[in-house]
Amino acid sequence: METQKRFRDEKHECMSREEMKALQSEKLVKQVQHVWDNVPYYRRKMEVRGLKPTDIQSIDDLHKLPFLSKADLRDAYPYGLLGKPLDECVRIQSTSGTTGKRVVAFYTQHDVDLWEECVARAIVAAGGTDKDVCQVAYGYGLFTGGSGLHGGSHKVGCLTLPMSSGNTERQIQFMQDLGATILCCTPSYAAYIGETIKEMGISPDSLSLKAGIFGAEPWTEEMRREIEKSLGIKAYDIYGLTELSGPGVAFECEEQTGMHINEDHFIAEIINPDTGEVLPDGTKGELVFTSLDKEAFPLLRYRTRDICVLTRGKCSCGRTLVKMAKPMGRSDDMLIIRGVNVFPSQIESVLVKMAKTMPNYQIVVDRVNNTDTFDILVEVDDSMFSDTVKTYEDMQKTIANELKSVLGIRAKIKLVEPKSIPRSEGKAVRVIDKRKLHG
Amino acid sequence: MTVKQLSVFVENRPGRLSTITRLLGDNGVNIRAMSIADTKDFGILRLIVDDSEKAQKVLKGENFAVTITNVMAIKILDQPGGLADAMDCLYKDNISVEYMYAAFINATDGTAYLILRVDKTDDAVTALTEGGFKLVSDEELKSL
Ligand SMILES: [Zn+2]
Repeated sequence: METQKRFRDEKHECMSREEMKALQSEKLVKQVQHVWDNVPYYRRKMEVRGLKPTDIQSIDDLHKLPFLSKADLRDAYPYGLLGKPLDECVRIQSTSGTTGKRVVAFYTQHDVDLWEECVARAIVAAGGTDKDVCQVAYGYGLFTGGSGLHGGSHKVGCLTLPMSSGNTERQIQFMQDLGATILCCTPSYAAYIGETIKEMGISPDSLSLKAGIFGAEPWTEEMRREIEKSLGIKAYDIYGLTELSGPGVAFECEEQTGMHINEDHFIAEIINPDTGEVLPDGTKGELVFTSLDKEAFPLLRYRTRDICVLTRGKCSCGRTLVKMAKPMGRSDDMLIIRGVNVFPSQIESVLVKMAKTMPNYQIVVDRVNNTDTFDILVEVDDSMFSDTVKTYEDMQKTIANELKSVLGIRAKIKLVEPKSIPRSEGKAVRVIDKRKLHG
Repeated sequence: MTVKQLSVFVENRPGRLSTITRLLGDNGVNIRAMSIADTKDFGILRLIVDDSEKAQKVLKGENFAVTITNVMAIKILDQPGGLADAMDCLYKDNISVEYMYAAFINATDGTAYLILRVDKTDDAVTALTEGGFKLVSDEELKSL
């Protein structure tokens, strides 16, 4: 009997801690030397601290290295962090640039291969083999979602459907006609496809889909269950940052209790975001990554601004790779309202508890008379309809009270008509911060 | 015996009511009774129409949140105390009225029609029927 392959790279995914530490140390020494030799921007940072490459002998010396931040990436834009001559680079990818100047990351062929290999591990962990039909409904182009999953799908040998995002009816038609088994897209788009399938009267059982790999934006456990139900699949989370390569830096296994970080390529640390102090496993803090194999865009101790927790321990899937919890949100998404940190994911988790399906919502923040206003528009849908005003008012009150207990501040809940909040088929625009418009 | 009422969630912004009524009119749906319950931000438009299924389909097609509720349409005498008699009938059986509104008045036979939503619809139907009130069916409503 043929047994399904469970790992893309069993040796690296299931290494003992000692072996992994030795491998990381060996690679770190080389990566630091590469940066020292080729990236004057970072070399100066080391020199300021009186550090030489020889001071880094193993991963125990990692904490000595200076951090890189998003601000550094902006300062060094576009070529300041380049580790290889441009003629050895074959690709750029870029972030959407919603906060400040966009990040442009460079890749040699080696870097592209490494990235796609990481994504391939994620696809295999989601049950993917060369027998699968993988529908890539992430946006293609500068965004790493489309090309990342596309490349990984090729590596696994799946039949790849390069759909890109949008044109939902065509997505569904291809899904049906070509028997897609794995769907890759943003979770909000997956939810939208699920919603559309329902509207079209198509039963999820009639589809061949078995798994989905969803990432690039925060989503909640409740949203996962919703998507799994509406599409009849198991939904896997995937994590990555363009700066580091793209999706595939970490991926979920069938246990669905956190994402395994590809530690043989990226060292993860959790730090106290205020002091920079390294925190022990199991402590909440800012996630920091050090690339170990990158040529064109090597990053040492890059602060992601993602707040999360790392856990080590035996996973039922057999992998020994450290697991990261789903980030509470990027600090880019984090809003400070009346002095309180608010992550859209917290609001989402309250909303899904209230409604039978995940309602579409939008956070609107403004400043009136030096006080922040905090409104949440929530679309009324069939699952919450009623013929009395009281039902709606009670719902507004319940959401507001629940949010108050989660966030510590009160929001004004405004119920709006179905589909009145603009939807994007790629990344959901969940936040309108008018305070920025006023300066 | 009940009739089907449409409840439509409507945001308080200009033109919403005209959009809904125009939409129904253009699709040949005749409105027989209506009322609005409103708050500062939104309202619920309640409608009794001659073809509730068609109306629901048309409104949903335009992304309105619509729900159908079974309510009672009763015939009362268009004279002082006519409404009070009906209320007494419900009150003695411990039935509470959640909302009600007037439908139409028939000048020729001196009767009026009232739309009622109560907490215990089945009990109310029994109480009113036993009290001698005439309840209108969906079919009858179409021909009125
Ligand atoms: Zn695992």
